[in-house]
Amino acid sequence: MADASLSLAALTPCAGLLPLTIGALSLSEVEPGHLTAIAPLRGKADALAAAFKAAHGLDWPAPNRATGGDDARAVWFGHAHVLLMGPAPDPALVAHASLTDVSDGWALVLLQGAGAADVLARISPIDLRPGVFQPGHTARTELLHMQAAITRLRDDAFLIMGFRSMARTMVHDLKIAMEGVEARRAD
Amino acid sequence: MRLGKGGQIDRNQRIAFRFDGHRYEGFAGDTLASALLANGQRLLARSFKYHRPRGVLTAGSEEPNALVTIGQGAAQEPNVRATVQELHEGLEARSQNAWPSLELDLLAVNDLASPFLAAGFYYKTFMWPRAFWEKLYEPLIRRAAGLGALSGQNNADRYERVFAHCDLLVIGAGPAGLMAALTAARAGADVILCDEDTRTGGRLNAETHEVAGQPGADWAAAITAELSAMPNVRVLTRTTVTGAYDQGTYGALERLSPGVAARKGAPREAFWRIVARRAVLAAGALERPVAFRNNDRPGVMMAGALRAYVNRWAVSPGRAVTVFGNNDDAHRTAADLLAAGVHVAALIDSRPDAVTDLDIPFFKGAQVCDAHGRKGLEAISIATTSGIEKIRTDCLAMSGGWNPTVHLTCHMNGRPTWNAGLASFVPTPGAIPGMVAAGACNGTMSTHGCLAEGARVAAEVLGDLGMKAPDVALPQAEDAPYRITPLWTVPGKGRAWLDFQNDVTVKDVKQAAVENFRSVEHMKRYTTQGMATDQGKNSNVAALAVLADATGRGIPETGTTTFRPPYVPVSIAAMGAGAQGAGFAPQRFTTSHRASVAAGAPMIEAGLWYRPSYFPKDGETTWRQSCDREVVMVRNAVGVCDVSTLGKIDIKGPGAGALLDFVYTNMFSTLPEGRVRYGLMLREDGHVMDDGTTARLGPDHFVMTTTTAAAGQVMKHLEFAQQALRPDLDVSICSVTEQWAQFAVAGPKARDLLNGMLDSPIDDAAWPFMACGPVALQGVAGRLFRISFSGEHAYEVAVPARYGDSLFRLLVSRAEALGGGAYGLEALNVLRIEKGFITHAEIHGRTTAFDIGMQKMLSAKKDFIGKAAAARPGLVDPDREQLVGLKPVGVVKQLTAGAHLFDRDAPATRENDQGYVTSVGFSPTLESFLGLAFLKQGRTRHGEVIRMVDHLRGLETLCEVCDPVFFDPEGGRARG
Repeated sequence: MADASLSLAALTPCAGLLPLTIGALSLSEVEPGHLTAIAPLRGKADALAAAFKAAHGLDWPAPNRATGGDDARAVWFGHAHVLLMGPAPDPALVAHASLTDVSDGWALVLLQGAGAADVLARISPIDLRPGVFQPGHTARTELLHMQAAITRLRDDAFLIMGFRSMARTMVHDLKIAMEGVEARRAD
Repeated sequence: MRLGKGGQIDRNQRIAFRFDGHRYEGFAGDTLASALLANGQRLLARSFKYHRPRGVLTAGSEEPNALVTIGQGAAQEPNVRATVQELHEGLEARSQNAWPSLELDLLAVNDLASPFLAAGFYYKTFMWPRAFWEKLYEPLIRRAAGLGALSGQNNADRYERVFAHCDLLVIGAGPAGLMAALTAARAGADVILCDEDTRTGGRLNAETHEVAGQPGADWAAAITAELSAMPNVRVLTRTTVTGAYDQGTYGALERLSPGVAARKGAPREAFWRIVARRAVLAAGALERPVAFRNNDRPGVMMAGALRAYVNRWAVSPGRAVTVFGNNDDAHRTAADLLAAGVHVAALIDSRPDAVTDLDIPFFKGAQVCDAHGRKGLEAISIATTSGIEKIRTDCLAMSGGWNPTVHLTCHMNGRPTWNAGLASFVPTPGAIPGMVAAGACNGTMSTHGCLAEGARVAAEVLGDLGMKAPDVALPQAEDAPYRITPLWTVPGKGRAWLDFQNDVTVKDVKQAAVENFRSVEHMKRYTTQGMATDQGKNSNVAALAVLADATGRGIPETGTTTFRPPYVPVSIAAMGAGAQGAGFAPQRFTTSHRASVAAGAPMIEAGLWYRPSYFPKDGETTWRQSCDREVVMVRNAVGVCDVSTLGKIDIKGPGAGALLDFVYTNMFSTLPEGRVRYGLMLREDGHVMDDGTTARLGPDHFVMTTTTAAAGQVMKHLEFAQQALRPDLDVSICSVTEQWAQFAVAGPKARDLLNGMLDSPIDDAAWPFMACGPVALQGVAGRLFRISFSGEHAYEVAVPARYGDSLFRLLVSRAEALGGGAYGLEALNVLRIEKGFITHAEIHGRTTAFDIGMQKMLSAKKDFIGKAAAARPGLVDPDREQLVGLKPVGVVKQLTAGAHLFDRDAPATRENDQGYVTSVGFSPTLESFLGLAFLKQGRTRHGEVIRMVDHLRGLETLCEVCDPVFFDPEGGRARG
């Protein structure tokens, strides 16, 4: 065990794949801290929302919405689940919800720069118009052939989550789309 | 010939290109067709069937004749219409379907044989002898008749797909489309305006009309500039809307300009899926030819196309041009030619009451009845009241009137409506929900009418969307009436062409009617009219008019054939963008992937995952050597295998146990904390869906494992069961497959290995077989399960995936120190066959718990999914094929999966089939091939010798039927 080369060391899902800059667009890995999937117990949704707000200072997000900021974020995560990003979950939440640690299950990347929405429009079918998919909106959707969760952070910045095992394909697909958008840009 | 002035071309920018190896020059703004016509090249192609010389007929995407191949090698693209191909520096185009050359095409012998090749010829002639069709006739015909060819190489060009959403999609940017887009855009609606041309304006670019006191093209450019500057508008030129689909979805093909497409990373084409709340179809109209003898000679073209070449590209396709039409519109052609200084040899109008004030030879009530000059028009014959007259001309502009472009309105099985005044079909309102037609495609033929209708329908759409229509001033424009008297064919001898692309004549259509193919759909298939890549855009209405005449019906009763997407040819590469090669599906990599590849392991696909097949050592030359060594290693020391690909599902909440009882055949609510149980899951129809282990980690916390193959299916199944079948249960389901890197550590030294690594050592008392619980490795919280898929004393250890890479390397290194190492899928498979453990090779979807010998796992104490259906007599029939083991006992020692089983002395025919082999492997432990198989009444036949026959591989092996558990049937090694 003393052998340093034989100790457990952490690798991020996109290790060796990112960052990437293509013209005005960039793609970088996000290390969010803890990721906890939170599912309310039957009849405890209101109590959970209150406890969640008290513990983490975050509003419980409505479907297709995200609350909070870079330090702590709550993202609607599909049927009956909200994802807490950042802090470790307050143990008191267990009284109202089932908590599942998924910190290592997802590859998170940040796509930003002018035309970021055009990049996503090449691999995701959702309506990304500024008036429809605003900062703070989130969707579980498709990214070319894989499932993904996409949250708009700012007009030109999207947080994209895909399965850890598919990180390589996700980065590849985003890169091709970024190159396509950049190539079309007027000189 | 290029005219001295005018046109929307940039004469300062010369562009060099090649056609059939000859070097030519054109200008920026030219299409390949306009540039070739400017260079006097009239012969561009040979026809599909008869190899007749053909030239340019149109100036748009409907072109049936001028098809060329662009580029070389892998990127070569066949059947490109020269009329839409933008000219660019270095463009290389080649003619198609001619041998040895376009000028001297020996296959034109087909033309001489045409009396024998008419409609229905193939069906009648090549029927006998039957076997000759595939071997002889079809290859010959395919060689002689055809279009361009693909390169056969992998195309490395990029293609893109794009999704877009809008309030209003405007299809076509002519006067109607521009006014619709402008009205909606100024109201604040999100607008997408598509046009297949390189510039907006539609017919305004081809005509000399003025709009708002300026040239029409300039007006269009100004409106487009305003639209392009608005944040709520997207103008997509070079983009053809190809189909109308459900829920306001439209497909569109964008061809990037050659300059952009040449940039690094740029796609060649993009396929758009546009979802629009409303759509305005402003697709314009297509001019239709008149069928007369030899109307396909190079030099005969559509009148509107000729105006486009003269006015837009400053090209005159002839020096002495004649014009032939049945409507006032055709007269403009003569006027425009005169204005451009081109000699007009004659204007022929089939209407007896036609008038003109142009100072040219004018023939009213006359018809062109023949065209002369094989490779290029030299003269025409016209039939006048006073007889046949011959006129020398090298270009004839013809017009049989205009067909509104109704295609998209019919994509959801709508049919257009006949308008006798226009002698055309017009859209049937409401044929596509949410889409309205405006302008020429709606039968409104004047510029003023188009502008007004575009603005009006946009205002209506805005009202529907709850938006207020702004006041948009209607610009001044011509409002000439559209006067036409139908003329479909000119009577007379010889072949009068309807479908130029598929070489279908008036006679062919009449022949179809004579042979009782009177329905328009039957006529189409019998003659192949409209079945070429132009989908009959130039010929459909005329062909059905001929059919109507031949069958004594009116045109509306005859009806149209079905219009189907795509409106123009779309490359499969564009629709499948991103999915070429490895892009077909996402690739999933385990955390041990890098280490496995570094160890030389060949990776094989397991669903989307990549898993190591085996880990070769020095001196091993075949996979079998490696596999055998790895099996022995696990049986005698310890092996490490990444099993992270198995599905892992956290099931939590007070109802977790009850949900598991409902989805598994056996009981799980009684499972103690810290223990694991094997479970079997059925589909609703009673067949086995999946198997795996589920561990209880807490009072309300289980973690289920699924097979790699069925992970997604089981997750979906659980969600359905929870949400739809048992909503009463308070339980949540969360996939953690990706969260945990999980490794099997198997073999007699498994515990020794783990105890060298775990922060707190384990022993048999605290960790018996099927125990589970939390552990710590170097302070990292993990999970340990004492389960075994090899039959050995084994564990599976899981850590958060970020540590997967280093834990795998660590485990393998420790294992090697103990005389073990990593093992791959091949060894894993042999180990489980030795133990008779099943995989999806056995539970392949058609087998039941009864078949695999697990009938006892169907609990009588509770209900579960599939229970009732599994009890059906047919699913527990003793005669069913049951899981058995097979061992070779004859001279041949090999077993193969997929082989079938027969009684020893019975012929190996389908009627005698007794079962089939599902899994095989060579067991170094038992020094024999072993097989798992399904055999009729198999459990009663242990000890019997049967015959395995592999008809595909030509193999026969005598086998003894035995229990499927070959090794350690008592299970002492796993418990030990």
